[in-house]
Amino acid sequence: MTDNAIPEPEATPLETASDRVEPGRVVLEVRDLSVDFGVEKKWVPAAIGLNYEVRAGEVLAIVGESGSGKSASSMALLGLLPSNSRVRGSVKLGGKELLGAKASAIREVRGKDVAVIFQEPMTALNPVYTVGAQIVETLRLHNTISPDEAKQRALRMLDLVELPDPEKAFKSYPHQLSGGQRQRAMIAQSLSCDPRLLIADEPTTALDVTVQAEILDLMRHLRNKLDSAIVLITHDMGVVADLADRIAVMRKGVIVETGTAQQIFSNPQHEYTQALLAAVPHLGQSAESADVDVTAALAAATKTELDSVEHDELLRRERENQEALKAAAEEAAKPKGSPVLELIDVAIEYPKQGRVPAFRAVEGANLVIYPGQVVGLVGESGSGKTTIGRAAVGLLPVAAGKMHVVGQDISAAKRNGKQLHQVRRDIGMVFQDPSSSLNPRLPIGESIGEPMYLAGVAKGVDLQKRIENLLDQVELPRSYRNRYPHELSGGQKQRVGIARALSLQPKLMVADEPTSALDVSVQAKVLELFQSLQKELGFACLFVTHDLAVVDVLADRICVMQRGRIVEQGTRDQILRNPQEAYTQRLLAAVPLPDPEKQRERRELREQLMAAGIE
Amino acid sequence: MSQPTQEEEILAQQALAEAAATEASSEETSGLSQGQIVRKRFFGHTGALVGLAVLAIILVLAFTSVGAWGLPGWWKYNYLDVSPLVNDGAPTASLWPLAWGEHPFGQDRIGRDLFAMTMRGAQQSITVMVLIGAIAGAVGAIVGGLAGYFRGWVEAVLMRLTDVIIIIPVLLLAAVVGQIANRRDEGSWFASFASSNGVVILGIFLGFVSWVGLARLVRGEFLTLREREFVDAARISGASNARIIFKHILPNAVGVLIVNVTLTMSAAILLETALSYLGLGVHAPDISLGLLVAQNQEAFATRPWLFWFPGLFIILICLSINFIGDGLRDAFDPRQKKFKAKSAVETTRHSSTTPVVPNVPKEQ
Repeated sequence: MTDNAIPEPEATPLETASDRVEPGRVVLEVRDLSVDFGVEKKWVPAAIGLNYEVRAGEVLAIVGESGSGKSASSMALLGLLPSNSRVRGSVKLGGKELLGAKASAIREVRGKDVAVIFQEPMTALNPVYTVGAQIVETLRLHNTISPDEAKQRALRMLDLVELPDPEKAFKSYPHQLSGGQRQRAMIAQSLSCDPRLLIADEPTTALDVTVQAEILDLMRHLRNKLDSAIVLITHDMGVVADLADRIAVMRKGVIVETGTAQQIFSNPQHEYTQALLAAVPHLGQSAESADVDVTAALAAATKTELDSVEHDELLRRERENQEALKAAAEEAAKPKGSPVLELIDVAIEYPKQGRVPAFRAVEGANLVIYPGQVVGLVGESGSGKTTIGRAAVGLLPVAAGKMHVVGQDISAAKRNGKQLHQVRRDIGMVFQDPSSSLNPRLPIGESIGEPMYLAGVAKGVDLQKRIENLLDQVELPRSYRNRYPHELSGGQKQRVGIARALSLQPKLMVADEPTSALDVSVQAKVLELFQSLQKELGFACLFVTHDLAVVDVLADRICVMQRGRIVEQGTRDQILRNPQEAYTQRLLAAVPLPDPEKQRERRELREQLMAAGIE
Repeated sequence: MSQPTQEEEILAQQALAEAAATEASSEETSGLSQGQIVRKRFFGHTGALVGLAVLAIILVLAFTSVGAWGLPGWWKYNYLDVSPLVNDGAPTASLWPLAWGEHPFGQDRIGRDLFAMTMRGAQQSITVMVLIGAIAGAVGAIVGGLAGYFRGWVEAVLMRLTDVIIIIPVLLLAAVVGQIANRRDEGSWFASFASSNGVVILGIFLGFVSWVGLARLVRGEFLTLREREFVDAARISGASNARIIFKHILPNAVGVLIVNVTLTMSAAILLETALSYLGLGVHAPDISLGLLVAQNQEAFATRPWLFWFPGLFIILICLSINFIGDGLRDAFDPRQKKFKAKSAVETTRHSSTTPVVPNVPKEQ
């Protein structure tokens, strides 16, 4: 769009939006902001002495891990913290002090001058009111306008956020919209009063890659249209690269580095910033083999030309890809032994419940996993990838076709029957959300030991010893076994989940988005651990994920799913270097890159793909 | 999928930091089971301990003073004995000088000793309460748990049964059961058992009608909990249905269960009072706390102590039960933490760095 006009990005020094936007007036000025939480008779600081300012039309990204205080400090601006918190310092919005102001004055500011986009649109929108009613409510709270007028303005807002049918969206309840549409509605609501400051708290974390790309596009367009200052809170450097003018990196409550996006990405000063950048799993970049140039691969596969990359250059990059692909094909022809998991024309249904008819989530799936192989199953939410994972461990019945797990045909096995019980001794499963998959009332030692105890493998002292070994394997201190899950951080909880899945030394491991609920830096460590354990123990693995970059690090083979069908499968290199299906290409193009320059290429490519009608 | 909130994340880091500080002293920690940890937490809960102590004292006092199950007690009067009025029946106990006197709680109009009557009443009321709590709690948890966990026809049958019991008026049922129990002349085993243990019959009967509300609550709780991933994880670990229900889901539903059971137990005293007042529960000359209050309602102006002491015991018993329930609930819920802004200590380190400051005594 506006950025595409630059003819030769390699030749001219890279220009970020901040260089072009003439410095606007300061909208938000934060001085010495400190936030403390009271925990067990102590004030524990969550943010210490923050100083930053945001100008009109500018995007400031606050980046950091969870617990670094980035959300707490931003919620403190609006006084949205729980009662056991304390805020000190000064926050000025357009010169007016917000901290210590009267509750009624703050209410006046909320929604009108400062708006917030929350992470989870499903929980942030009230499920019993229509989207339209909620926008009208915001409008009429802050403006003296008639209901009709408010409705007209709400419709204009819905149109502005590029919802396909504003009239319909206006009358819809939140659950009737898809995740991306909900987030758009949420944005429409927050923009309805022309806020001077917009706080976006992890606006795309809960969304699929393709939807994330669309929302980021929307936010970029809006930034150009409106004159609001935006504070973007995220842990994902890829998102930041796409949107931010200036970046503040937070760690342990302190801003360790600030600078323009250009400075931070090309020349990070602080070691933490460098670590954060290194932790982002780049698509097409894995430890052993040479990098895969996904942009070039996509361009080749779709025969598109990029304005921003020289033609010869692109050709050269495409040729490199072709050569690497040949080498990979030879390697793939090696013998492998008898399969651990085999799906032949499998269909899986969610059984009917009451009046809701049975829903066929997967149809005609063919998939083979050999011992020691890691197969990545990729797709958007609702594509049926998790369904296959759950069916493989016998949590869902197979409606048609044959499913062999560790040599046994479980397609006709009874739920909770003897056969499944037998099969489950050879499989382990790592779940998506570690806080939900560990029993909150069970100390983690017991959670880890339960499979061994129930299988009769070990008891008493022997069991305790094995639990210790497993904790060692996932690099957790042994003393943690009496902890409850809530006393661990997200990454540690997921380690416990992995330890539990490993406890019976499974032949097949099903990992259902094990890192999607984790921060990028934590995700990198957990993936590393997973990879080394897989090498050491040699289990086969079905790795379900929506994140292509993650699967790229781990998987030998990749299966791409769309609407309940496996649309494309092949070795990692085949998929990444030579994607055949339009859907795969679209998925690849949507992954954000933690580099403003490369991301611009990628974005341009994506726009061309969309324009070419490849949907 | 939901990301942990900022506060939860900070709490987790805080817990970690604290543990790291204590770890330095004890290198090896042995694995504790869920039960051991819950017990440890329960006995660290001040309120629960006070409640437990008060209840124990009342129990010992009530059952040893006037005796029970045919055994004689140490108090000189019986709840049936009539003796001449001392000081017009006013309480003889005094705080200064500390003296017990002839009739510490006073006497009623015809000269029965109120202390003996209150003790007997407390016995009866506690029996009813414990029976109702145990029966309603067990039946409610099992019915609700099975219905919520298995769904399908099990749920349909159990929940319709619950509906049937809900629509039958308790008073009507009580009248019928009371009538049967009162036919002392008939000589059947039921009647003879009822004549000597009327309050046990009452407790069992009330227990079997008051589990319905609990069953519905537990079912609702099970419906949400069974969809959580840890249930799937347990199933993959090879856990049987019974193990999933009792080891994994029930401890998570225990908050609802305990709060409801303790409320039912407190309400049981009032229910027993109401039934006794209508002549359907405990019959004179036998006595219960509720009946004592009901019988003496017209003496409120002239002999208020006839109100005070039974009332005091009702309050004490209900309060201590509620405190114990509170302690149990907190012991099962690992997230319980309290915070007071005024007495908070300043720390300068961020939550994710390990504090070197000396250990602050823990709340619980």
